[in-house]
Amino acid sequence: MTERVWNIVVDSFPKILLPGLTMTIPLTVISFAIAMVIAVAVAMVQFAKVPVLRQICRFYIWVIRGTPLLVQLYVIFYGLPKLGVILDPFPSAIIVFSINEGAYCAETMRAALESVPAGQMEAGYCVGMNYLQIMRRIVLPQAFRTAFPPLSNSLISMVKDTSLAANITVMEMFMATQRIVARTYEPLVLYMEVGLIYLLFCTVLTWVQRAGEKRLNASGYRKE
Amino acid sequence: MLSIQNIRKSFGKLDVLRDVSLEVNQSDVVAILGPSGSGKTTLLRCLNFLETADDGFMEFDGEKYHFGQVSRKEIAHIRRKTAFVFQNYNLFLNKTALQNVTEGLIIARKTPRAQAEKIGLEVLEKVGMLDRKDHYPNQLSGGQQQRVAIARALATDPEIIFFDEPTSALDPELTGEVLSVMRDLAREGRTMLVVTHEMSFARNVSTRVVFMEDGVVVEEAPTAEFFAHPRAERTRGFLRKIDGDMSAQGEHVSINNKKENVQ
Ligand SMILES: Nc1ncnc2c1ncn2[C@@H]1O[C@H](COP(=O)(O)OP(=O)(O)OP(=O)(O)O)[C@@H](O)[C@H]1O
Ligand SMILES: [Mg+2]
Repeated sequence: MTERVWNIVVDSFPKILLPGLTMTIPLTVISFAIAMVIAVAVAMVQFAKVPVLRQICRFYIWVIRGTPLLVQLYVIFYGLPKLGVILDPFPSAIIVFSINEGAYCAETMRAALESVPAGQMEAGYCVGMNYLQIMRRIVLPQAFRTAFPPLSNSLISMVKDTSLAANITVMEMFMATQRIVARTYEPLVLYMEVGLIYLLFCTVLTWVQRAGEKRLNASGYRKE
Repeated sequence: MLSIQNIRKSFGKLDVLRDVSLEVNQSDVVAILGPSGSGKTTLLRCLNFLETADDGFMEFDGEKYHFGQVSRKEIAHIRRKTAFVFQNYNLFLNKTALQNVTEGLIIARKTPRAQAEKIGLEVLEKVGMLDRKDHYPNQLSGGQQQRVAIARALATDPEIIFFDEPTSALDPELTGEVLSVMRDLAREGRTMLVVTHEMSFARNVSTRVVFMEDGVVVEEAPTAEFFAHPRAERTRGFLRKIDGDMSAQGEHVSINNKKENVQ
């Protein structure tokens, strides 16, 4: 590596990392938080077999899982202005990522809810609890325990998927890198550099996941 | 105290309960016997509304209900005064033994936590599980889990406790500890309705025996009379078969042992 290239790598590092910290991470965290709310609500509607709402939820999951994330970003950011709805890039990205991730996590949560033995619910009724009390105290905590690894997996995927937001002009890590590449013509090292930073983020998340699982297990309750 | 009249239940075309009537008085320990598939579990589940009976009446604690048209509120009311012990325990897997016992008090009955825990420790002590109060279900043996489940049933001081084959998921060497807890409850005058395959329990602990087959009550009598002079031919057949099975499997000895455990 020539000294010029090395200098570019060193100079660009903070310029890539900074949007990572100020854009990629907030985009991921906020979207995932909203996605979890959607996921729990949608999963519970299906689990409780609420009429009508349940069909709406199935439709939502069907559409979102059946169309590309990139297309969803384009529809919201480039398409909606045709209807007079103009959103800034960052809120557009939040909306799309939340709704997209919500559909996948809803399926994870639904499967986890269904894996809780029916006897748990019956025992809850027999000690006098009502449906919502049983869900909150017994079924959801057990479902979360089951869903924790696959949800962590989704979160890690999402960190990388946020790079697609570059397409709708969100100044996140990948777009920052593209800009530097345009100036310096060093695509190989710079794209590898941003890849390494993504890897770093995901590695940290993997540690967090492992620590989380350890804690859940240490609390004594393991799934048989 | 609990009286069931003409209860019916079918699953699709299968008539599982065909006109069953039943009477349980205060401090009765009623054992329900019968071959597999005769509708014993279904009967208990209907009494606690885990299954919806198609027809029939229930009189409980001075009030009369029609099975076809019981409101949610009434169901909640009845469940508060009853308890259910399941064949496979169904302890809350994410709760410790003590939390399992206090959940119905703190959450469902809004009992203050301190008072609920005091009751919880008392009932755990009664079933000999006080030293395991902070264990999770998966850290307990089957017999221990079932004793915690019994403690959970006792915590809310129900008028009647339904047991659905409380020992049949247990290894033979663990049934004794559960049966001895149940015998203690019987002595204290707890009203219990117990579906069981444990002949020693039926013989030595129950006050009355109900024999069911194919969704009907074939015979019902005070325990001593039931075993000494079974009236119906089918009852005699059932008892002969049980005795036969036991000796064929060389289990007579263990039955006698169990009898001692229970007495
Ligand atoms: N949810 C259900 N749907 C359809 N059929 C059912 C259902 N529950 C029970 N049955 C049927 O009802 C009949 C009675 O079942 P039940 O469990 O009440 O019998 P049981 O007397 O408790 O038998 P066991 O001694 O084996 O526990 C059986 O033929 C069973 O297959
Ligand atoms: Mg049964």
